[in-house]
Amino acid sequence: MIEVKKLVKRFGLKTVLKGLDFSAQAGEFVALLGPNGAGKTTFLRILSSLSRPTLGSVRVAGYSLPDESAKVRARLGVVSHQPLLYPDLTAEENLQFYARMYGVVNRAARVAEILDMVGLEKRRRDLVGAFSRGMQQRLAIGRAVLHDPEAILFDEPYTGLDQDASEMLDGVLRSVAAQGRAVVMTSHDLVRAESLATRFDVLTRGAIVASALRDDFQNSNLMDFYKKALAA
Amino acid sequence: MKTSAPSLFSAALAIARKDLAAEFRSRELISAMLVFAMLVILIFNFALELDVGVRQSVTAGVLWTTFAFAGTLGLNRSMAVEKDRGCMDGLLLAPVDRSAIFFGKALSNLAFMLLVEAIVLPLYALLYNETRVFKLEFLGVLALGSIGYIAVGTLLSAMSAQTRTRDVLLPILLFPVAVPVLLASVKASGGIIAGLPFEEILVPLNLLIVYDVIFVAVSFMIFDFIVEE
Repeated sequence: MIEVKKLVKRFGLKTVLKGLDFSAQAGEFVALLGPNGAGKTTFLRILSSLSRPTLGSVRVAGYSLPDESAKVRARLGVVSHQPLLYPDLTAEENLQFYARMYGVVNRAARVAEILDMVGLEKRRRDLVGAFSRGMQQRLAIGRAVLHDPEAILFDEPYTGLDQDASEMLDGVLRSVAAQGRAVVMTSHDLVRAESLATRFDVLTRGAIVASALRDDFQNSNLMDFYKKALAA
Repeated sequence: MKTSAPSLFSAALAIARKDLAAEFRSRELISAMLVFAMLVILIFNFALELDVGVRQSVTAGVLWTTFAFAGTLGLNRSMAVEKDRGCMDGLLLAPVDRSAIFFGKALSNLAFMLLVEAIVLPLYALLYNETRVFKLEFLGVLALGSIGYIAVGTLLSAMSAQTRTRDVLLPILLFPVAVPVLLASVKASGGIIAGLPFEEILVPLNLLIVYDVIFVAVSFMIFDFIVEE
């Protein structure tokens, strides 16, 4: 589903990604862990075609980036720290707008289905500007899966959420991941990542330095694995 | 679940429609542009102490200066709103040709500018007793000039929105580039008010049309590179 080989990204003289290799298959939930400045967000921006790779090969759903970026974008959903929603439009109007931009057929039914999925059907006529951060983030996930993408990227989806909102988001993330998509999530929240992901990659100094499956943690935990990876 | 990639036209229309719906609700942009335009007209009135004779010769200049300044306010805000709320990424993630963003934004900016012109023009006519601004030819020049100004303004506002000094940068970039469209617009509309024969306003009119075509085409070709990181 996602295949990245020898990816290099430079901003001027600074090299952020240094020959990164990565892959994620359909049905896999990969937690991408790493300290601030490791290059996680840059990596997700390249996967979502918002930034061009300097060197290396990036393929998503069989299409190459940056040459076939429109085809990749049609098969990808993205949730970032910002909800990418318009506060002066209602929840329904926001989803209707994005449904038009993605060419969703039978828009009204799909929007109603998504609002129901994220638990906002009763607030569909309310302005997004009046929503709490948690509600906005749930709607942002709805926006990201509106066109039924084959892969979803989450960039720190829990940023700024309180405990209740985070738990509600857990449920939405699980239901999104359970539909056989490839999911890549960056997070600093190891507890949450451990409860959701099936694989854990540690990205630091521009490369993935360690990778483990959930089943590998029988006699240890994610925190130990993460600390060892960073110390190596 | 079925999807079919939207055409450039339908994506541009969706963006314009979204902008109009949001503005209809908040009325932030239109009210700022309108108040600003009215203040400029009043300031010109007091500063120049226009008598009947002078009014005829400066009407086109006063009007275009007013519309250019008010239009800059709208242009600055339209792209800045997308950038500040992170929504530009939402637009860039859509599986459409990115020039659809340019056309959608240009359409909504043009609608805002034409709306301001539609309100300011009768007010100007009333205050200055100048009814020739309602001539069909004058309105045609107004539309052509607005298209050219908005085309180049939308392109440059996408550029300046990515900088910290965008409020200052847009007018600095825009006014020199828009000089040909403003000069041609003032010349053509001034000629119509003065009652000159059509042959005499043909040159600025042609210049306006050529400018519009060039800037829409150039924006279509380079917008993708401007918004890309």
